[in-house]
Amino acid sequence: MIRKSFWGLLGLVMATTANAEWALNMPKGVTDLSAETYDLHMMVFWWCVAIGIIVFGVMIISLFKHRKSQGAKPATFSHSTAAEVIWTAIPVVILLIMAVPAAETMIKLEDTRDPDLSVVITGYQWKWHYRYQDQGVEFYSSLARPSVDARRKQSGVDVNAVDNYLLDVDNALVVPRGAKVRLLLTSNDVIHSWWVPELAIKKDAIPGIVNETWFKANEVGTYRGQCAELCGKDHGYMPVVVEVVEPDAFQAWVNTRKDDGAKLASAQ
Amino acid sequence: MTATTVDTHAADHDDHDHGPTKGIGRWLFSTNHKDIGTMYLVFSLLMFFIGGSMAMVIRSELAIPGLQFVHPEFFNSMTTMHALIMVFGAVMPAFVGLANWMIPLMIGAPDMALPRMNNWSFWILPIAFGILLSTLFMPGGAPAGGWTMYPPLILQTGDAFPFLIFSVHLMGLSSIMGAINVIVTIINMRAPDMTLLKMPMFVWTWLITAYLLIAVMPVLAGAVTMLLTDQFFGTSFFLAAGGGDPVMFQHIFWFFGHPEVYIMILPAFGVVSEIIPTFARKKLFGHDSMVYAASCIAFLSFIVWAHHMFTVGMPLTGQLFFMFATMLIAVPTGVKIFNWVATMWRGSMTFETPMLFSLAFVFLFTIGGFSGLMLAIQPADVQYHDTYFVVAHFHYVLVPGSVFAIMAGAYYWLPKWTGHMYNETLGKLHFWMSTIFVNLTFFPQHFLGLAGMPRRIPDYSVQFADFNLVSSVGAIGFGLSQLIFVAVLLTAKKGAKATDRVWEGSHGLEWTVPSPAPWHTFTTPPKARIANESFE
Repeated sequence: MIRKSFWGLLGLVMATTANAEWALNMPKGVTDLSAETYDLHMMVFWWCVAIGIIVFGVMIISLFKHRKSQGAKPATFSHSTAAEVIWTAIPVVILLIMAVPAAETMIKLEDTRDPDLSVVITGYQWKWHYRYQDQGVEFYSSLARPSVDARRKQSGVDVNAVDNYLLDVDNALVVPRGAKVRLLLTSNDVIHSWWVPELAIKKDAIPGIVNETWFKANEVGTYRGQCAELCGKDHGYMPVVVEVVEPDAFQAWVNTRKDDGAKLASAQ
Repeated sequence: MTATTVDTHAADHDDHDHGPTKGIGRWLFSTNHKDIGTMYLVFSLLMFFIGGSMAMVIRSELAIPGLQFVHPEFFNSMTTMHALIMVFGAVMPAFVGLANWMIPLMIGAPDMALPRMNNWSFWILPIAFGILLSTLFMPGGAPAGGWTMYPPLILQTGDAFPFLIFSVHLMGLSSIMGAINVIVTIINMRAPDMTLLKMPMFVWTWLITAYLLIAVMPVLAGAVTMLLTDQFFGTSFFLAAGGGDPVMFQHIFWFFGHPEVYIMILPAFGVVSEIIPTFARKKLFGHDSMVYAASCIAFLSFIVWAHHMFTVGMPLTGQLFFMFATMLIAVPTGVKIFNWVATMWRGSMTFETPMLFSLAFVFLFTIGGFSGLMLAIQPADVQYHDTYFVVAHFHYVLVPGSVFAIMAGAYYWLPKWTGHMYNETLGKLHFWMSTIFVNLTFFPQHFLGLAGMPRRIPDYSVQFADFNLVSSVGAIGFGLSQLIFVAVLLTAKKGAKATDRVWEGSHGLEWTVPSPAPWHTFTTPPKARIANESFE
């Protein structure tokens, strides 16, 4: 709490934005694997904290006790096989404790079998293209208009007033809740990377290669991410937005999309 | 000691019989390891400020959301050039400069083994960086595809492209020649009674580093040459449309790039391993295991490269291998940190500037090591990859890691170079300002990355605003703090005369020659045993 109020105060002093969040940690996310990833992250973090307390603790004690101004006389030891064996062996054990759950999660992450829904994602400089393999729906997804207007150099627009500045698109990827969604990623030009933190999915979209990954969202909502691989001048301006909706709503959305597509086709 | 009788008025080189020639010729045609070392160090400091001013551009643009100062393409040029200049222009030449100055003095050799090649390997660098910096003024702008030069993006570079490739070739050439020189010098020119395991840690870590350089710089040269032929000669090494594979570049690049990481940190380990015993007045704990640990790290560095590529879509077994191998690096690195702490334990410490920088190194490098361990965990890395968490990680190991070690080494050996004690007050001010601001700059970047901010973006969503502002304030403060170091250097000759030993706890052959070290030292080989007497 003290920490929070300190940061809050600092925030006020610097007169920063109302949207400010001072977020410190990774989101837990809305998939089973994002929660597992979060747990792995926290497990390794706490191990690091524990090791840090011991190592820095010993060092700090030494810095205060073993200083010349305290009259410390230097010892003459310069080697201890026992100590060195111990501080080689203990880290190995700790690493094994970390490696096993990490490997388990990794194996689950890579298991793209038996999807309920497959979407082909193609990266372009600088937008995404989504094609639902079995639904006959496809569209481009680019940075939303309000962000486009505000992003120009010295645009005069207050970016704090723009909803989801740089994290909003014209057409979001819509998926049903509880469905295993398989993503097939590729690129039309340079390498991009499709990332949504709440889904714990980041996979490169590479020309000439089709990458696979998957997620199953447990909660309805809108989840935002961005391209994570430098892809040229507008790399910072190709967000990813995923809308997770109830299965019925998804079917309704697919139907409207199909109608829109038909209308567009007949209009041309 | 032969050296002590060589020269009693070394501060005034010019009337010495075998002293340096006057004017620019002294530097242009120098074959003297001390002069070349000085040129390397001055050059790297210049590059540190040029690369640093690019960092100031980056942090100024990122201080608040919205685009204020630069266009996105120029922003990308800044991140690309900042990295290339800091890695190849600042950190690596600084360590080569320290090696040039100190390795012959530490092993009792009169000079580097190949003095003319030494001259050439230095003078290539200003040419390489002249070419690289000139790209800022070319049509299409400076390279903006990231220092990792991933194709196909890097092939979209404008006129700068071939100049980028050639400057990287030249940097590699310079590094390889420097590495050959270090190896030949260390293997052949040690004082007769200095066996390999008696060598000081700085010499050891540089020997290992030099082998890494020879192993991987040609790999980088090969990778960028393939980029060049893909662009101009119709090959398709990395172009999917012609049957090539863009991911292959990443494998080749990181086969160079991961050992490169250790090329920038092993000599830092060496510097710190010299300084901590001096100011703890106690022998380095576990000298031999430090050597084995450094060798282990060097070996492992060759088999972990694909942990930079956990999101490119590798087979599961490959990812498992690279995750386990990467985690293993924590073991020898831990050994080094434990040994430094054990060296301090029950020592008799004082806290002059070199010691302060070394202690900050141990603390802050360890924090970088912790985030490194976190990054090794593949499922978590999927979240961290290409975010500010990674930026925070590698800046922790490179700035309060490598750069602090270079600063520590500069303060430590400065009295030996100039013959005068530097201004300790300014040195301590430099240390405290640097340490406070470096943490203010990079610690919040961990939070930014975890909250979802990708790296290499010129503008960001407003929820990242607060920590970005903190980071930018820290960066400007850190940049300005480095001017204190310039003040230290400008006043370096105004301090009290330095003794030959300089530091109470100093040990090793470099402290047996006068301060400043005369232009020629160890024209006859010394006895290394004597130099270590202070601890025995």
